Amino acid sequence: MSEFASSSLLVIGAFFYFAGTLGLVRFPDVYTRLHALAKADNLGLGCVLAGLALQADSLAAALKLLLIWPLALAASAAVSYAIAHRADALGISPWRREEE
Amino acid sequence: MTGLELPIALFLLVNLLAALVVATRGPTPADRMLTALLFGSTGVGVLVLLSRAMHLPTLVDVALTLALLAAIAGIAFARRAWHGARGDE
Repeated sequence: MSEFASSSLLVIGAFFYFAGTLGLVRFPDVYTRLHALAKADNLGLGCVLAGLALQADSLAAALKLLLIWPLALAASAAVSYAIAHRADALGISPWRREEE
Repeated sequence: MTGLELPIALFLLVNLLAALVVATRGPTPADRMLTALLFGSTGVGVLVLLSRAMHLPTLVDVALTLALLAAIAGIAFARRAWHGARGDE
């Protein structure tokens, strides 16, 4: 049972990672790319970590794996804010749909 | 282990290669830096998967360090290195 849950979480995590990368490649400007990177990728990381924590040998190992996630979340929030703020200060305007 | 770890690690690696396209394309330095951040978060995923698949618990510590360093690199870039030099729109 836990093996099945672990495998599903790993696959879901891989999917979210893929979504994040797809967003990074396809989105038009730095703000939208930040959006793809900050959310989809960290959700993928969370799923992968949860999937691996389910099959960890000890509770301590599982907690250590799960500890990476808050760190990554806090880090990505801070970095996204810093980059978006800087981009705004440099006068990069957000992408708009082209006028027809 | 479920046998899925190595295939998924490989898949994430292919993702990283695709992200390199963005790094070459630009147009602002931040777009290139975002690829570095992607390497941070995806690299952490690859490392924890490898630590499970290859029974190397130490790699989890490496993953923690990488997550921290990616954050520091991103902040340092935004605060110190990005001056909107030529090449920006």
